[in-house]
Amino acid sequence: MNPSVKVGFSKAVYTRPRSLVDVKSHFCPGCHHGTIHKIVAECIDRYGLREKTIGVACVGCSVFLYDYIDVDVVESPHGRAPAVATGVKRAQPDKFVFTYQGDGDLAAIGTSEIIHAANRGENLSVIFVNNTTYGMTGGQMAPTTMLGQKTSTTPYGRDFRNDGYPIRMAELLAGLEGTAYSARVAVSTPAQIRKAKVSLRKAFEMQISGMGFSIVEFLSTCPTNWGMKPLEAQKRVLGEMTEYFPLGVFKERKQADVA
Amino acid sequence: MSALAASASKRILTKGNEAICLGAVAAGCRHYYGYPITPQNDIPEYMAAHLPALGGTFLQAESEVATINIILGTSASGKRVMTSSSGPGISLMQEGLSYMAGSELPAVVVNISRSGPGLGGIAPSQGDYLQAVKGGGHGGYRLIVLAPHSVQEMYTLTMLAFDLADKYRTPAMILGDAIVGQMKEPFIASPYDPASTVEKPWALTGCVGRERRNVKSLHLKDNAIEVHNWKLHEKYERIRKDEARAESYMLDGATIAIVAFGTAARVSKTAIQWARKEGIAAGMLRPITLFPFPEREVSELARTVDVLLVIEMNTGQMVEDVRQCTPLHDRIVFLGKPCVIPTPEEILERIRLLAGRKG
Repeated sequence: MNPSVKVGFSKAVYTRPRSLVDVKSHFCPGCHHGTIHKIVAECIDRYGLREKTIGVACVGCSVFLYDYIDVDVVESPHGRAPAVATGVKRAQPDKFVFTYQGDGDLAAIGTSEIIHAANRGENLSVIFVNNTTYGMTGGQMAPTTMLGQKTSTTPYGRDFRNDGYPIRMAELLAGLEGTAYSARVAVSTPAQIRKAKVSLRKAFEMQISGMGFSIVEFLSTCPTNWGMKPLEAQKRVLGEMTEYFPLGVFKERKQADVA
Repeated sequence: MSALAASASKRILTKGNEAICLGAVAAGCRHYYGYPITPQNDIPEYMAAHLPALGGTFLQAESEVATINIILGTSASGKRVMTSSSGPGISLMQEGLSYMAGSELPAVVVNISRSGPGLGGIAPSQGDYLQAVKGGGHGGYRLIVLAPHSVQEMYTLTMLAFDLADKYRTPAMILGDAIVGQMKEPFIASPYDPASTVEKPWALTGCVGRERRNVKSLHLKDNAIEVHNWKLHEKYERIRKDEARAESYMLDGATIAIVAFGTAARVSKTAIQWARKEGIAAGMLRPITLFPFPEREVSELARTVDVLLVIEMNTGQMVEDVRQCTPLHDRIVFLGKPCVIPTPEEILERIRLLAGRKG
């Protein structure tokens, strides 16, 4: 990982990842995007991918990926990042390609694109940030909004009789033959962050070794739109969200498919 | 084309749709993505059969929505890339085309159009004119639109479409229909002139030895989106000024001038030949580029003839652009055949009527 650098008499044991841009974060207090960005940057550095990476940013708070990760990034229409990434990877199979998508993007408007990219076994990696709401547009219902959760478009709480159920995407995508790796992680405690890093490394390794489609779903906070303080938001992730969206690895291919 | 160039080129008998594929491959396109829809399936089928052997990529996507975004990704990678579809599929691509225009990404999109609106039918139609030339998607942009009327032009205009798309960093459309797509006739497969290709220093290829780079259409800071809109506008104005193309057909001494494109123009040529034999001074101005529209040519023509007979396989779309070119609206006559191919007989009949009225 980061080389230890000697500074005067003391030794630096922790530095900003090379691939993380040194700018002030614009995200709300308690939001997990910053934490997830850092994990992504660390993994890019770990495998020396910075100069051969093309990221795909989607629509929502996640679009600002290009302000924080120091790699080439193409912007995608809402939900279409897996299709855009397919076009990049098919044109440049030697490059490292990832998408960074929110839950409205990946699990509502982009379900077709994510399912077919996974089913084709596109050799790319998907970072999926699930915070159970539409953050940028002001906290509307997402496909992952919990039953009973109040949002600006479910003012009386999400009711399955009207709005259906929250979708478990990591499990759904694990069911497809083309998926090489599918996992769900959280980043609400230091231990969870360490585990999340291990999962994202696995996902990156799948692409590097040509195993096919990989996805890591991050359970994430949106304190602003949840109407919670940052610490309360962490508790929600650790409690009701993890109960409904269990953490774990749902698919891990051991051998590449060969024709 | 000079006799020398022609002799060095191959004469091929084939369908218009296949000529598009040959033109694309000759122009260096090695990436094609698409989704089946009648009447353009010859194009994906040809590309599926031939691109892999050329080291290229063919992919049948799950929808036209996915298709245009896969196109976006390959275009952002700096490669020449093409898709084809027909009306309903082209409608699904409008979101992606708007993003590509905003992100200044080139590509060639072929519309072998069919009847509409809705599912319409598979009969040839020119009902997609307004969608093609006025933007089509949201936000205010233009596509470069080329309208072939022969198998020869399906080949040459496809090569030109790649060059113009790259030159101006914007998507270009080939607007055909089932007739030019499905008809077979011989054409000269002239070699592609690589002098027209341009470097793509903006492509995303990994930031080796340079700052990271973005391809995007979102501009939130200060007045960046206003600045970006003016930049696009100036580009469209340059295209308007420099790239309008039209064919003048038998216009010498003409008193009746047809204005038609694509299949309607092709049929009109026969009617004009017949009219000339009868001593009626008929001719045609055929827009080859629909955007940019040959405004100056139409404007000048309106001053020199008695009648501009606008013929379209719709209920009147290009005629709006013809009216924009001249204040002499009383000289404009419209013959519409929505979703029907006009016959040379009925066009001749209209020419006779107009000649009689004037005579």
